[in-house]
Amino acid sequence: MAKVLVVTSGKGGVGKTTSTAALGAALAQSGQNVVVVDFDVGLRNLDLVMGAERRVVFDLINVVQGDARLSQALIRDKRCETLSILPASQTRDKDALTSEGVARVMDELREKFDWVICDSPAGIERGAQLAMYHADMAVIVTNPEVSSVRDSDRIIGLLDSKTQKAEQGEKVEKHLLLTRYDPARAARKEMLSVEDVLEILSIPLLGIVPESEDVLKSSNVGAPVTLAAPTSLPARAYFEAARRLSGEKLEVSVPVEKRGFFDWLFKRDA
Amino acid sequence: MSFLSNIFARRQQSSSVAKDRLQILLAHERGAGEAGESDLIRQLHKEIMEVIARHVAVDQDKVQIKVDRGSGCSMLEIDVEVPQQLSGKRVS
Repeated sequence: MAKVLVVTSGKGGVGKTTSTAALGAALAQSGQNVVVVDFDVGLRNLDLVMGAERRVVFDLINVVQGDARLSQALIRDKRCETLSILPASQTRDKDALTSEGVARVMDELREKFDWVICDSPAGIERGAQLAMYHADMAVIVTNPEVSSVRDSDRIIGLLDSKTQKAEQGEKVEKHLLLTRYDPARAARKEMLSVEDVLEILSIPLLGIVPESEDVLKSSNVGAPVTLAAPTSLPARAYFEAARRLSGEKLEVSVPVEKRGFFDWLFKRDA
Repeated sequence: MSFLSNIFARRQQSSSVAKDRLQILLAHERGAGEAGESDLIRQLHKEIMEVIARHVAVDQDKVQIKVDRGSGCSMLEIDVEVPQQLSGKRVS
């Protein structure tokens, strides 16, 4: 049974696109068929982060409007054959996405793939609501920072009210992905800790992605961090998060480079 | 030494300040989203203010009401800052 997952946050710049690419690739690297769908019409970036920007011919809006078939718009990743991307349009009006059209495309994607991962635009407007509407599961990407936590709380409220699942009286399965986390600063109480954020948002923790140079380096070269730097700390965090999404029970910890005092100090059981 | 401990003390606070601010703010915002809870908090705030104002002069802003949503139980916390001299009479 295909799972539709939305990667969302409310606030921009917290790592939605990076996380969509990394989680999508990590799931695909485990052999599952994955498509990542860019819902950020007008400001598409998923294709760029995944290094497929020069291979875009048709996009989500072409398919939604019936100008292209789904198979024409899907781009298969060159490094991982079970990974595909459905890009967003850069030029068109965001109102070009109709609810009916999106519903039809999502049904078609569900038949072809094991995972349909939707990269939501920032904000809480129509685009974000369309991206989350069909979701079975949601990954809420949050930075340990007040404005991001507040916006995540708003998005959690929307997931509980404005999705198809909510309308049917069911719940979207929600997971918190804490990104750009700096364990040293959190230990010095300069940054909200994992526990603080979990206490405020009270949804289960999917993973902790540490602040890392590898994320920028990977996007520079157009590859998900799990493909470009598979042994790096953020990649390890994303691999583990992907395994948890697939149903494995794994303890969440902040991935740390060195074993020793700091490892012990920053290990989290949450 | 005291200089160092000052810096340390100030650092220690910023994440807990962030957490407290968020909890107060979100208690309000969550209320606004969910009709039931919002009415409850607004009504509670109004009536608590009325009762207190009968006896002491307090500032509207010095009364904080927050609800912590938990899975098992929720906690209602009422925090009233009362002025130093309690006259027992209402000052208006």
